[in-house]
Amino acid sequence: MAFNELPFEKPINELKKMINEMRSAADAELPSGKAKIARLEKKLSALIESTYKNLSAWDIVMISRHPQRPYAMDYINNIGDNFIELHGDRGFKDDTALIGGLLEVGGIKLMVIGQEKGRGTDEKIYRNFGMAHPEGYRKALRLMKMAEKFKLPVLCLIDTSGAYPGLGAEERGQAEAIARNLREMSVLRTPSVSIVIGEGGSGGALGIGVTDRILMLQYSTYSVISPEGCASILFRDASKAETSAKSLKLTSSDLIHFGIIDRIIEEPIGGAHNNPHEIFASVKSALIEELGALMKLPPNILTKKRFNKFRKMGVYNE
Amino acid sequence: MGWFSRKNKPVKADNSPVDINKEVWRKCDNCGEIIWLKTLIETEYVCGKCGYHFRLTFSEKIRFILDEDSFRELFATVGTEDPLDFKDSLPYKKRIAKAESQNNQRSAFICGEGRIDGKDVAIGFLNFEFMGGSLGSAEGEKIARLIEHAIENRRPVIIVSSSGGARMQESIFSLMQMAKTSAALALLDREGLPYISILLDPTTGGVTASFAMLGDINIAEPNALICFAGPRVIQQTIKQELPEGFQKSEFLLEHGMIDMIVKRKDFKSTLSKLLEYLNGN
Repeated sequence: MAFNELPFEKPINELKKMINEMRSAADAELPSGKAKIARLEKKLSALIESTYKNLSAWDIVMISRHPQRPYAMDYINNIGDNFIELHGDRGFKDDTALIGGLLEVGGIKLMVIGQEKGRGTDEKIYRNFGMAHPEGYRKALRLMKMAEKFKLPVLCLIDTSGAYPGLGAEERGQAEAIARNLREMSVLRTPSVSIVIGEGGSGGALGIGVTDRILMLQYSTYSVISPEGCASILFRDASKAETSAKSLKLTSSDLIHFGIIDRIIEEPIGGAHNNPHEIFASVKSALIEELGALMKLPPNILTKKRFNKFRKMGVYNE
Repeated sequence: MGWFSRKNKPVKADNSPVDINKEVWRKCDNCGEIIWLKTLIETEYVCGKCGYHFRLTFSEKIRFILDEDSFRELFATVGTEDPLDFKDSLPYKKRIAKAESQNNQRSAFICGEGRIDGKDVAIGFLNFEFMGGSLGSAEGEKIARLIEHAIENRRPVIIVSSSGGARMQESIFSLMQMAKTSAALALLDREGLPYISILLDPTTGGVTASFAMLGDINIAEPNALICFAGPRVIQQTIKQELPEGFQKSEFLLEHGMIDMIVKRKDFKSTLSKLLEYLNGN
């Protein structure tokens, strides 16, 4: 457990450990022991509350990347039934960093697309740490077009530090693949919802993010560049990542305030990894509600509204 | 070895800035060669000594592409804001003020109407001198307006890019300009109007990953760096030497990302011929 512990979780975990030890102590059943435990438990809940009320942007970055945080595949397995995975971009290969397929959520049949980071060393490598190549974006577009054809709504689960920066990715047109998705998603004639479940890393995230509704988990992030990237480019000092995280205004509460995202899905106390089943239930009900509203709209209204939504984004003067 | 060590400081070339009249002479950014401006124009702003392609200024780009005196600027009043109150080593507000006064512009994108061999076009230029030609809210807004203007007036769109990518100081707002500009191009597409993207050195990041790669025709100048992730980032990731010519125009042509490489002196005649085809029968 200590391996996955975030710095601000340490005092909480220590207190929890202390309470557990006291429970197995000799005086645990005595009134004095019970009173002591009750006092500490009160202290614990106050500590949890104050810790999670005062999280810095950097703390939230750490939660969004927590190795125990539920990933795309966890959501697919837990919010829906009868998942049928579909593979390949029909051009080059199947990108394992980006999962796609048919899923039923609360009776709604849909096309799901998700960036999967993978858990454990082997799977992380297999999933390329959730960093898709151009063929991943091309697979996503193929599946979205299929969804349009069969009148299925589209769900995109965003969780990537970015599109993969490598030789092959550049050779095969990473930029073109993302750009095409942005253009085609904006006119897709079927309802779409994206949910940032962890990291919303730049163009790699937006490449599956041009949707009717944009939702974010409370402790997820969405920005033009990672805090580390920003630190080394703008601050010319990689150790300034914490400062950059604050400057980039990348938390869900910043982004709802800016009107960029439509809804925040609240996480259990301590973050999604502390109570995955609670977050699965919240994501499922939010999704069903959003899709229910969108599926009532005819495609031409849907695309018009989607265009206007992105057309309005930006702050300038005149 | 002490026998041969110098007693005096080694002789160094004088690297101090040369005060030259830029109207007559230009200094090569790469090798330092001083070149007569008339020669430079004749060689399409390519250094005769080292082959370096000078980055073109706005008026030089106009001269290579449009009919003389045909450019009429649009949406010049749209200017840059600082929605995040962003500060790195300098406050963003100061960077904007500096870029504005140095360039005498309010954003990195200049656009308007012009003519190519008499044919009307809606055209815009990203200016690398203005904060690396990066894409912020003001730039995205002007690109969207230019495209809407083209749809209203049935004009082909030409965008000439040279950019470091999305503007980090505007974080999520700059990221969303990628979606906004690409969505506007989807409307242009539906109207059956042509879009030609011209990629100059360098075109990178969020600009390449949105409107710059979406041309019906993508044209690059020779030897331009065109990429999503920059060579330095890739080198850090793969920890290997990058192949010769990686991410240069010729590499992109070979890998199917652009339609053609066109020399600067041929920009106008090429665009003119293409527009004749794309405007249909």
